[in-house]
Amino acid sequence: MTTLDHHHPKTSPEVGGIGHSVRRIEDARFLEGRGNYVDDVVLPNMLHMVIVRSPWAHAKINSIDTSGAEAIDGVVAVVTGEMLAGYNLAWMPTLSGDTQAVLATDAVRFQGQEVAAVIATDEYIARDGADAVIVDYDPLDVVTSPQQGLEESAPLIRTDKEGQVDNVAYTWESGEAASTAEALANAHKVIEIETHYPRSHPAPLETCGCVADVDSATGQVTVYMTSQAPHAHRTVFALVAGLPEQNIRIISPDIGGGFGNKVPVYPGYVIATAASLVLGVPVKWVETRSENLISTGFGRDYYMKGQLAVDEEGKITALKVDMLSDQGAFYADAQPTKFKAGLFHIVTGSYDFPFAHVVTKGVYTNKAPGGVAYRCSFRVTEASYLIERLVQNAAYELDMDPAEFRMKNFIKADQFPYHSPTGFVYDSGDYEKALRLAMDMAGYDDLRTEQAQAREEGRLMGIGIASFTEVVGAGNSKDYDILGLKMFDSAELRVHPTGKAILKLGVKTQGQGHETTFAQIVAEELGIPATDIKVVHGDTDNTPYGLGTYASRSTPVAGAATAVIARKLREKAKKIAGHLLEASPEDLDWEPGKFFVRGSPESSVSIQDIAFAAYTNHPDGMEAGLEGVHYYDPPNMTYPFGSYIVVVDLDPGTGVWKVRRMIAVDDCGVRINPMIVDGQIHGGLTEGFAMSNMQFITFDDAGNCIGSNFMDYLVPTAWETPAFELGETVTPSPHHPIGAKGIGESATVGSPAAYVNAVIDALQPYGVKNIDMPVLPDRVWEAIQDASG
Amino acid sequence: MEVTITINGTERTVDIEPRWLLVDVIRDQLGLTGTHIGCDTTSCGVCTVLVDETPVKSCTMFGVQADDRDITTVEGLKQGGELHPIQAAFKEKHGLQCGFCTPAMMLVGKTLLEQNPTPSEEDVRWAISGNLCRCTGYINIVSSIQHAGELMANPAPADA
Repeated sequence: MTTLDHHHPKTSPEVGGIGHSVRRIEDARFLEGRGNYVDDVVLPNMLHMVIVRSPWAHAKINSIDTSGAEAIDGVVAVVTGEMLAGYNLAWMPTLSGDTQAVLATDAVRFQGQEVAAVIATDEYIARDGADAVIVDYDPLDVVTSPQQGLEESAPLIRTDKEGQVDNVAYTWESGEAASTAEALANAHKVIEIETHYPRSHPAPLETCGCVADVDSATGQVTVYMTSQAPHAHRTVFALVAGLPEQNIRIISPDIGGGFGNKVPVYPGYVIATAASLVLGVPVKWVETRSENLISTGFGRDYYMKGQLAVDEEGKITALKVDMLSDQGAFYADAQPTKFKAGLFHIVTGSYDFPFAHVVTKGVYTNKAPGGVAYRCSFRVTEASYLIERLVQNAAYELDMDPAEFRMKNFIKADQFPYHSPTGFVYDSGDYEKALRLAMDMAGYDDLRTEQAQAREEGRLMGIGIASFTEVVGAGNSKDYDILGLKMFDSAELRVHPTGKAILKLGVKTQGQGHETTFAQIVAEELGIPATDIKVVHGDTDNTPYGLGTYASRSTPVAGAATAVIARKLREKAKKIAGHLLEASPEDLDWEPGKFFVRGSPESSVSIQDIAFAAYTNHPDGMEAGLEGVHYYDPPNMTYPFGSYIVVVDLDPGTGVWKVRRMIAVDDCGVRINPMIVDGQIHGGLTEGFAMSNMQFITFDDAGNCIGSNFMDYLVPTAWETPAFELGETVTPSPHHPIGAKGIGESATVGSPAAYVNAVIDALQPYGVKNIDMPVLPDRVWEAIQDASG
Repeated sequence: MEVTITINGTERTVDIEPRWLLVDVIRDQLGLTGTHIGCDTTSCGVCTVLVDETPVKSCTMFGVQADDRDITTVEGLKQGGELHPIQAAFKEKHGLQCGFCTPAMMLVGKTLLEQNPTPSEEDVRWAISGNLCRCTGYINIVSSIQHAGELMANPAPADA
């Protein structure tokens, strides 16, 4: 067990190891507008590509007339699916092992689907060209919900797939049916919720895009690309296009936010690369916001029914969950092969009970493909939401306080490692402690007293709790892969002769601050100041292989790899120190930055002097240099957790609710950079607020996407976003080298239920038990009217 | 057609098409890529620049409308090798993560502080409500702008 206490950093502020709020190293370029995002990449002779998209949600393609576009001065080429088929590129694999059309040949299956691409000398002309491409469609019947997709009369969407006779994309289950059914049958009470976790879009402020540069002389393919997983994407490119992998270089430069949206491979990347290959010049494709919202990876869209069995004592005995997922036209989740609904089966949450049964079904619809883990670890967000909503309603049903009900049912601190009924082994936790702290910070008892008084006065005030558990850091190679690629990750550390270092990673930041926090891990382990360490990532030619940054896996996996390789180099440094001090390495002790002879602290040598010796004066028989690489295969996932409490005031006349307070206690194990951790939590709490309050994408009956731009798809501004009060407990991961667990997504996972629980709590005088997200004022108002009869 | 724009204090004449948006002229013709593009409906604000010292979303103007105007972008903030206090404050208070909205946020914050050197939290939230951020939850952007006000009032280097 790690005993690192981040409140007492082992290193000085100048070294800036673990526990220091080191100001971000990467900020220097962003503050001066010198970030280098994909759209900033300009290459000689570069052409611009714009995609022609389907206006129909489902239609047969009769013909595509490109002549009008080709006649425009400045249009260089128009690419169609038929042309790509000649290179066997009209279809590509998704990261879930399904297939997806690159450019449609037979039919279009969602509004916004890629039908053709126009390449021109500038983007304006390319858009003129796209407008001039004439596509003749025969509209087909449309499926706009998974329920409709399962009806016998529903049109078959995936007519391209041999053997596909219905619209079912997958079925998958976890847990045990018989025991769960028995527990439900024998329960004192069964609490049931049916809710839709609506389709949402990560909408990073930078949209997706690429600059593809194929050198026709050498065959070198360089693609600058908005990629959260550049190495995995390189391999997919090699497999899809049959290109030799050594000739493919994916460069993921600065990324303007990812949140899961930049994990999949999109048709635009493939078309631009094919076009560059054929035309022999670089081709840039950057989608517009509308294109981003209507065609790239959405999140959520789960229809969930949960049944929670409880006994007379208020103890949970079992959970049954049925889930129907709207997958869109192609099953394009990015998740481990053996878990079809991601890690949704973590739905038993923070609670100890013996039986659970989770049945899931994914259905094709005429909507954009995706199902990406939007700022979460493979569907843990939907799972956390369902159990936290059920638990609150269970407390109401049993006439217990929701906090008390949680305390009674929590997995206790001495039960870890805890084996969950759906097969997870929770590594560590202390849920009671986190909730107690949140209650203390909130002044929980006083709030309940105030609430009772408010109700007497006819005012609606709500207090909502969520005590979530995540499962992140995929993952051990036994269980976790993407398209067969095991989810280890890597770090290569090179300490230069002057004692400065360069750290190369297989993961890739999208704003999380890797260039600072990963330098801090090295600083902690080697005593080299964090500011003397350059972190390199996002370039497949210059970094070791890794599966990328999503599912909160960077710190749990690549962070561990970094600590391990630094420790390996420290072992070598110890031998060199022995050589320099003319002492046996066994007689040396380490303190951050130097080795010294035990008992003679004046006889010491610094890591910088050791590094110099590694290249100038290394011992006989030892390899020169102080460099190494490590691939880390985690023994288990990590399980961050926390308790959030939201206080809302609700106006029954309008249904408008306002967040008065949001108290968030997070436990992500050891915190490397507390400032950055807090920043990650702020962002996640805001996205959780967004989903509970305003942010969703809907479709009309014809499959038209409503919410295809930032005027219709509402994301919160500073004006709506509440202020946050943060607290922390520290329960280090027992199996992670520095005890860290990952924090990038906890708040997005945990907070939606807290906000919604607060609104439902406010509505208890009316007995309202559920309102689907987003909890819009009109939905609240209607619920009040319905309850008032 | 030819237009003359004073960009970050330097007069530049460029030959542009009338339909080109100002943001494209700034990025593609003037080569200043610190001004970003995040939407197509003038909603996100990441393309905000100062036109005659007023924050303007540069996707709402044509380049030709900038003829004879004075434009400041993020590249014009640093003066004499020194970061502007708004830049120093964003670093100190962790007001940025992915950096995509940051140039616009800093320009809006600087303008607010010139009009109101000691803005309340509400003042700042209102001033930046035309600019989206998906990373920070705004809370540290608010503190950054308020901290920049303190730095501007007291130009001595603030201690971390």
